[in-house]
Amino acid sequence: MNQWAFVIAAFTVVLGGTALLLIASAVRMRTAEVKADALSRRQ
Amino acid sequence: MHRFANPARFLRIARPATTWLLAIGIVLTLTGVAGALFAIPPDYLQGQTARILHIHVPMAWLGMGGWTGIALASIATIVWRHPLAGVAGRAIAPVGATFTLLCLVSGSIWGRPTWGTWWEWDGRLTSMLILFFLYLGYIGLAAAEKERGPEGRAAAIFGIVGIVNLPIIHYSVLWWRTLHQGESITLKGTSVAPEILWPLPLTLIGFSCLFGAAVLMRMRTELAETKVEARLRRLAAPERPEPEPVPA
Repeated sequence: MNQWAFVIAAFTVVLGGTALLLIASAVRMRTAEVKADALSRRQ
Repeated sequence: MHRFANPARFLRIARPATTWLLAIGIVLTLTGVAGALFAIPPDYLQGQTARILHIHVPMAWLGMGGWTGIALASIATIVWRHPLAGVAGRAIAPVGATFTLLCLVSGSIWGRPTWGTWWEWDGRLTSMLILFFLYLGYIGLAAAEKERGPEGRAAAIFGIVGIVNLPIIHYSVLWWRTLHQGESITLKGTSVAPEILWPLPLTLIGFSCLFGAAVLMRMRTELAETKVEARLRRLAAPERPEPEPVPA
């Protein structure tokens, strides 16, 4: 059994999952803050 | 604590803190991961799979740490009615759920070559799976409660009651000696050799910073969305007529 395949799979899942979480959070935050700023300026 | 009840004051701190946590988190995590993959020797028993420890353990600790955060936020909601505590609880839950899921998946990948099985209904694995389901329950309950209005306490009570699972997770390896290994790192010391262990503090602090950054970003998102909703409601509301002057 090639142990490196399991090591690479585990690191890919954890790093990929964390990166996805951070990117999704950042995109949602940016969208919401831009919308809030635009509405503030309109008023 | 009520100094941070003002969202504007909170945002003044949260904006730079998000950037710093992200930067420190990325540097420490990548350094720790590089160390775990390329610098440490293979373990004499587990071989190469011992490297997975350096990402699996931070996921487990942060999965449990996340629920501790939810419980503290829940106490702040119920006892002090802190306006940002509910926002913090709702922001922590999906991040904690993700880290718990990553802990379960990375543990399963480690288990296949080490134990010969992807999954076992062992005390530690099962209690960790229950933690994941508790997160899902909290996310659903908090979202439903937010729809109904700001005064709900059901999610906060659930957050406090759910903390009973944390000592079960912690002591499960002592109470039920099944497949999961016992504690290898305690306050008294560690049974892991230092030449294998050194990347763990880096990944632990690094992932903690990334966890914090994700929570702050989600809190900022909810505050911005609340602001947008309030402004749209104000724009949609019909303008009130000027009051008639009262005759002297």
